[in-house]
Amino acid sequence: MKRTISIKLNGAARSADIDPSDILLDVLREKLGVKSPKIGCERGDCGVCTVIFNGRTVRSCLVLAAEADGGEIVTIEGLGAKGPTPLQQSFIKNNAFQCGFCAPGMVLAATELLEKNPKPDEHEIKEAISGNLCRCTGYEPIVKAIREVADSSPLSHRERAGVRAKSGKGKRR
Amino acid sequence: MTEQFKFVGTDVQRIDGVDKVTGAAQYVDDLDFGPNLLHAEIVESPHAHAEILGIDTAAAEKVPGVVKVVTGKDFPYTFGLYMQDRYIFAKDRVRFVGEQVAAVIARDPKTAKRAAALVKVKYKPLPFVLDLKEALSDRASLVHPNLASYRHVPWFFPREKTNIAHWRKTRKGDVEKGFAEADVVLEDTYTVPRYAHCAIEPHVIVGLYDLAGRLTLWSASQSPYTQRNVFAEAIAPFGLTHKDVRVITPYVGGGFGGKAGVSMEILGVALALAVKGSPVKVRWTRAQEFYNTYQRQGVIAHIKLGAKKDGTITAIDHTLHWDAGAYVEYGANVVNAVGLSATGPYRVPNVKIDSLCIYTNLPPGGPYRGFGYSEFGFGLESHMNRIAQKIGMDPVAFRRKNAIKEGDTLAYGAEMNPSGLAEAIDRVASEVGWGRKEESENPNEVIGKGFACFWKAPAMPPNAASAAFLKFNEDGSLNLTVSGMEIGQGFLTVMAQIAAEVLTVPVSKIRVELPDTDRNAYEWQTVGSHVTWGCGNAVRAAAAEAREKMIETVHRALGLDKKDLYLENEMVKCRTKPAFALPFKSFVINGIQTSHGNFIGGPILASGMFMPEFTSATGDPETSQGGHPNVHYTVGAAAVKLAIDKATGKMRVLKAVLGVDVGKAINPNLVRGQVTGGLLQGFATALYEDIRYSKEGKLLNPNFTDYKIPTAKDTPIEVVPIIIEVAQPDGPFGARGVGEHTMIPTAPLIANAVEDAVGVRIKTMPVTGEKVLLALKGIDYDDVKGETMGLCFMDKAENYKFNVGAAKGK
Repeated sequence: MKRTISIKLNGAARSADIDPSDILLDVLREKLGVKSPKIGCERGDCGVCTVIFNGRTVRSCLVLAAEADGGEIVTIEGLGAKGPTPLQQSFIKNNAFQCGFCAPGMVLAATELLEKNPKPDEHEIKEAISGNLCRCTGYEPIVKAIREVADSSPLSHRERAGVRAKSGKGKRR
Repeated sequence: MTEQFKFVGTDVQRIDGVDKVTGAAQYVDDLDFGPNLLHAEIVESPHAHAEILGIDTAAAEKVPGVVKVVTGKDFPYTFGLYMQDRYIFAKDRVRFVGEQVAAVIARDPKTAKRAAALVKVKYKPLPFVLDLKEALSDRASLVHPNLASYRHVPWFFPREKTNIAHWRKTRKGDVEKGFAEADVVLEDTYTVPRYAHCAIEPHVIVGLYDLAGRLTLWSASQSPYTQRNVFAEAIAPFGLTHKDVRVITPYVGGGFGGKAGVSMEILGVALALAVKGSPVKVRWTRAQEFYNTYQRQGVIAHIKLGAKKDGTITAIDHTLHWDAGAYVEYGANVVNAVGLSATGPYRVPNVKIDSLCIYTNLPPGGPYRGFGYSEFGFGLESHMNRIAQKIGMDPVAFRRKNAIKEGDTLAYGAEMNPSGLAEAIDRVASEVGWGRKEESENPNEVIGKGFACFWKAPAMPPNAASAAFLKFNEDGSLNLTVSGMEIGQGFLTVMAQIAAEVLTVPVSKIRVELPDTDRNAYEWQTVGSHVTWGCGNAVRAAAAEAREKMIETVHRALGLDKKDLYLENEMVKCRTKPAFALPFKSFVINGIQTSHGNFIGGPILASGMFMPEFTSATGDPETSQGGHPNVHYTVGAAAVKLAIDKATGKMRVLKAVLGVDVGKAINPNLVRGQVTGGLLQGFATALYEDIRYSKEGKLLNPNFTDYKIPTAKDTPIEVVPIIIEVAQPDGPFGARGVGEHTMIPTAPLIANAVEDAVGVRIKTMPVTGEKVLLALKGIDYDDVKGETMGLCFMDKAENYKFNVGAAKGK
């Protein structure tokens, strides 16, 4: 019943032997050594297992590993591999974490938001991270950290899309 | 005179930030133990109370991949922090639904789970008690028939042959005289249900009993040293001494009291002993997290309060019956703490408090951020508003008039510490626009304001000590090892700031290590909002010792007078020789070379310790007079502006203001973080977190779908933290604690604001939109709540007329 899946994980080609019932979260943590997606509720409620799968955030506890075969996955280890991103820096500056357990998933959710909508308003920010639970901060510093990056972004969503079209670089990370 | 500080009092960036936002931070479950790691699945009781007639493990043991099946026969031992009433595995009888009866250890989690389902346990169900009235009745089934035989701390007073595990009585003055002097006496009952901590990281422990007999535990815990002590005592029959037991705590994903003491972690210890040579992991599921760690205890609080027309409080009679669950080894101390402090932060001349810890067949109660003060605060601060109304006084002015001051006599006879309560009340009232009626632009919505005061002291044994080690490195950077826990509050950063201030070394050059009981200095536990104060004092002492050693080295090597030497910008300087400036890095490891070519000095190491030597738990059992059980209280006030939709009952917090006297904010940003975080956690308990049990005692909503905790969309629109600094004389740079306090006033804030807005008084938590809407229609929620015990109390609050003093037993 075992099979081998191949994924592009944080930019590197990786493969793992899995059972058909294996969950992506467990395979990432136990077979591929990527520990930033955490185990929190195992039913998609809390968001600490968030990863970016083919450009969109998913709850990796709700994805079968087999579904990831041939896909591309980014975790926070890949996001900040060349040093913290502006968003990560803003999280540090604003104390947008306390215990830190939700931080990887939260940063990924916010990263996806700003990719798609570089100038979100407060409501859009809260909506985007509302699937990621944080029991420590009261969310206010997290929203502030995201807003500061959005405020410093020179381009609106529309403008950014236009720039992309011109340079022909349509594909997102 | 205000001392000028360079690092203390500044918003230094957290030193754990890069670790946490890059994914570098490792939590217990992230550690690798190699292919030999074993996994455990727990077999749990389906009954609230039953006798175990037999356990058949044969089928489970035959499953390929199963290494061992363990039951209570293998570990017939009890454990506990303050009372040894909890069993490693249920032995002879189970006492709550979900209690551990056996464990299957296997090569992988799936096999363990499959095999655990094959363990056959034969039970004989026993009568169970879920309701407090039943638990106290003469016919009650006893949760612990052997209560009298349990070891406990000397300040607990269990009642043999009853379900009363502890009864804290505090008596001051003469309450009958006090009520006779009052112009108004108000009496009522309030209920607070159980709550769950919901730290996002579930409990997890890995244990390894190596072939040499060394036991190491990697534990997601707030309490490494306390765990080591409880573990070592519980497994003493195995012949291990404290030095053979090692607890390592990497980063922990939230605690809120739920990871204090020892709960499920004892299983990691037992199972490691069962499979010598292999590491074994026990990781709780989210559901187990709810029903088999600790829960915040429920309480029925009966308050009788008397006041004169001028607003002077004359007496309080406060009786609290706690639903403490099946085991109270930690929870009984919550009950105890409240029994000493249930006057709230007020000057009350005549006091009678009875705080009773009652066993029920529900999951064990225990510490939760606030340690009982949130629970009694709901009733008391609701009552304060109501009695103010009765005498026709503004509720803020009423609180202001009775606010406790430095030197006032506390309920148990000791003196109140310096306190900025009056300032907190004034500033919070001003910030929220107290007395100014506000109207919503939405015609369906009404706006109300609520106000409440709070206080809390750390609840700890009188000998709860802290210690710190510090060592310099070649480049003048330094490592500080303490065993206070970074549970998110910013503890590591604050300790670095304290050391930085004494040693003039920037925080960026200080690494503060997470606990390892083999290497780090002692800390009792990270609970009670006391580590900034206690461990901060130890770090300050260690840093001062290092400073003295550096000065001594310079004096011995260079002959400079010690009284002229001082530290500045990582150099030793001399008042009489302005040109002298010796960088730390030039000598803190290798010493100072003299004119003879030899070297004086060596690696600079230091240690510091702190013990609250003025405390004692020797109060009289009948009155609590005579001891000094609390080190100090942190006090404050808070207010909300709340909008209520009249059509749906839905509530929104428009503005929350909280002023707290922290003595000295070592890092003001971190204090503000406690305010925004604590307020939201509290508002959730006040507004919608709602635990439910079946009539058979089974927890019905152990997940985040059915037990809602706040998301980013549930935050107050505006939060205003106000930091007040009336120095704590024995605190590091004047600091006292502020972790739990920010949650404490939230429930009465909501209840008081609801009454202000729509004129209904809700006396049972949570104050849900549903209850408010029903109340607006004249319907009592208790009449329609149905059969699931949202309150853990089956009857209406006013029907719990406990006869204190009549309970049988010695």
